[in-house]
Amino acid sequence: MADMLWQKDLPGANLVVRGARVLDPVEDIDAVLEVRIDDGTIAEIGDKVDANEHRVLDAEGFVLAPAFIDPHVHLRTPGREDEETVATGTAAAAAGGYCSILAMPNTDPVVDSAATLGALVETARREAEVPVGFLAAITRAQLGEELTEMGELAETGAVGFSDDGVPIASAGLMRRALQYASITDRPLALHCEEPTLSHGGHVHEGRVAAELGFAGYPSVAESVAVERDLSLAGYEHGRVHVLHLSAAESAEALRRAREDGVAASGEVTPHHLVLTDEAVRSLDPNVKMNPPLRAERDRAALVVALRDGTIEAVATDHAPHAAHEKEVPFEAAPFGVTGLETAFASLYTHVVKPGLLPLETLLERMSAGPARIFGLDRPRVAAGARANLVLLDLDREWRVGEQPFRSRSGNSWLLGATLSGAVRATVAGGSVVYES
Amino acid sequence: MIRLVTDDLRPPGTPPKRHLLSVADLTRDDVERLLDTARTFAASLERHVKKLPALKGHLVVNLFYESSTRTSSSFELAAKRLSADTLTVKSAGSSVDKGESLKDTALTLGAYDPDVIVIRHPQIGAPQLVARVTDAHVVNAGDGKHQHPTQALLDLYTLREELGRLEGLHVAIVGDVLHSRVARSLLQAFALVGIRTTLVGPPALLPRELPAEMTSDIDAIRDADVVYVLRMQNERMQPGANFVPSLREYSARWGITPARLRPGQKVMHPGPMNRGVEIDPRVADSPESLVIDEVRSGLVVRMAVIYDVLTGGPVGVEALAAAEVA
Repeated sequence: MADMLWQKDLPGANLVVRGARVLDPVEDIDAVLEVRIDDGTIAEIGDKVDANEHRVLDAEGFVLAPAFIDPHVHLRTPGREDEETVATGTAAAAAGGYCSILAMPNTDPVVDSAATLGALVETARREAEVPVGFLAAITRAQLGEELTEMGELAETGAVGFSDDGVPIASAGLMRRALQYASITDRPLALHCEEPTLSHGGHVHEGRVAAELGFAGYPSVAESVAVERDLSLAGYEHGRVHVLHLSAAESAEALRRAREDGVAASGEVTPHHLVLTDEAVRSLDPNVKMNPPLRAERDRAALVVALRDGTIEAVATDHAPHAAHEKEVPFEAAPFGVTGLETAFASLYTHVVKPGLLPLETLLERMSAGPARIFGLDRPRVAAGARANLVLLDLDREWRVGEQPFRSRSGNSWLLGATLSGAVRATVAGGSVVYES
Repeated sequence: MIRLVTDDLRPPGTPPKRHLLSVADLTRDDVERLLDTARTFAASLERHVKKLPALKGHLVVNLFYESSTRTSSSFELAAKRLSADTLTVKSAGSSVDKGESLKDTALTLGAYDPDVIVIRHPQIGAPQLVARVTDAHVVNAGDGKHQHPTQALLDLYTLREELGRLEGLHVAIVGDVLHSRVARSLLQAFALVGIRTTLVGPPALLPRELPAEMTSDIDAIRDADVVYVLRMQNERMQPGANFVPSLREYSARWGITPARLRPGQKVMHPGPMNRGVEIDPRVADSPESLVIDEVRSGLVVRMAVIYDVLTGGPVGVEALAAAEVA
């Protein structure tokens, strides 16, 4: 995964994992097998492998799977290192079973120049616990006015382009971005929101907002923007990735566009797959995010779209915020919640266990799916592959927040919740980066 | 490293407190008890000495982040009539002007050990935050477009006193429902006591997801026993939002004029009124207008609310009302 992902120097693992159910849906493996890793590379997989004097990890009862990739993380660096750093964000990722994460460019300053991106790459080489990649902005300072120098940014290592956090209001500029991005072979990752429809809205426009008195952010504010950008992508033969889908109509638009041959992908967050706007009745600022939690019909449609492959990736949209910024009335709180350390467990507990999604599908959408979208090497259980593996204890129950977060921020939408499924170990880029 | 933040930020083991944060938290029994307590206090206010010793030595803090005449004056007077000490803090001229957060202001005032904090705030959920960080009983005096529970209670009290009953009444609420915390609180309160509600107003100001009958046809008010007129909230109208084309057009189509009312139909308004916009001055000053009765009800209902959150109910209220300040 050279050129687009960076990690600090860590020793390659020499390890044997014994007794685990090895599950790699893409490689079509589901069996109790032993796996030996030599200096960070998977050397042998079989019923019985030589230990070669390596450390042996007894993993009986656990699942060993390709580790996860999160295509949507806010590392808050540069600018808000009080909320997250490359070191703490990647440590949180390691604890969540991730072998790679992609960071969004809406920092201060915005990642819109090769200089800023280059500095981040250097930081990642010093600090990153797991390999991290960076998206660069589509427009300078994310102001939606002038394109960034995408050619140079791609050469410097940008894995894609995004103005995430703010929509690109002008259809004409979006068209120019699609045209120019084609020279980079990188996708545009789009925050789809029609600002004149979402304007001032904090909560999904539905019964909960009506009863509580919140200004509504209707689902049509997302879906008209999704439809606009998919139409433009089809017209320009561009490659687009729709970020954090929240509405049933948006998922349907993505399904139609893909059937029509548009090079479009989509992602969905754990919180949009698990919660609805009913959660907002608590007035807890830790359920405030953009796009907002929507109705049950939206949640159900997103689960279906994830299952049938319309949506190829789970993304946390991990958005750390300082405690004092969230300890305010709901309307004054910033949008965003953390998610790296709870993503798998929340989806295993609330989507897989109730039978809404096969475990294999979840593992694919958290690993191979995002790798495919951003052109990254697919984490896999195969001899000769770099070890990017997660060891999962599906039966283990734990309470969110009881152990301190690795993230520098604690604005989790799951504080106090009991979840099933814990990460026991993560191997990322060939190194053991997490063990519990 | 962040550790588990529980919902309640008060010291561990602190017992739960009685608050009045939303009509949604009330049962029908709660409403009837509060209205009965208010009536008892109303009787006591007819005496020569109007002060009751009920809450002697207690402290009621009024924390107002929005301008208010009726609500702030009636809460202050209600606490004084019950012999409580009162402290009124307004955001203008306080440390709020210097950027102090609501949490810090609440913690600061909480250091005086107030028994009750009455809060009005422009943001939804501010009273819940104060309840989480202080050890006081919290009364919501209006939070953003969310709730104004004491307004709903005083309107129920007014209706019961004037019309002799609540169950089976039909009230038409007219105007800017979208931006109205009063309408939201009334809708829940009316449902609780069996009052039928019809919402009437311009399409963009009627949230279609609200569980209520609604229409944009002003003629629908004719069927109602009472017409409840909402303030046309200019200060909440964002420029260019185009909820209605103009106030002139609003008045012409939805203003409450004598011609639109049936004889004997009662009219209410939470105040402050925009005479000539949502309500014709002839209606506002007519004998059918209950506007001043609502203000009067506000005092006794707020006495009842403060008393109720502190004492947990009407126990001994009759005896108390009979006693005079020593």
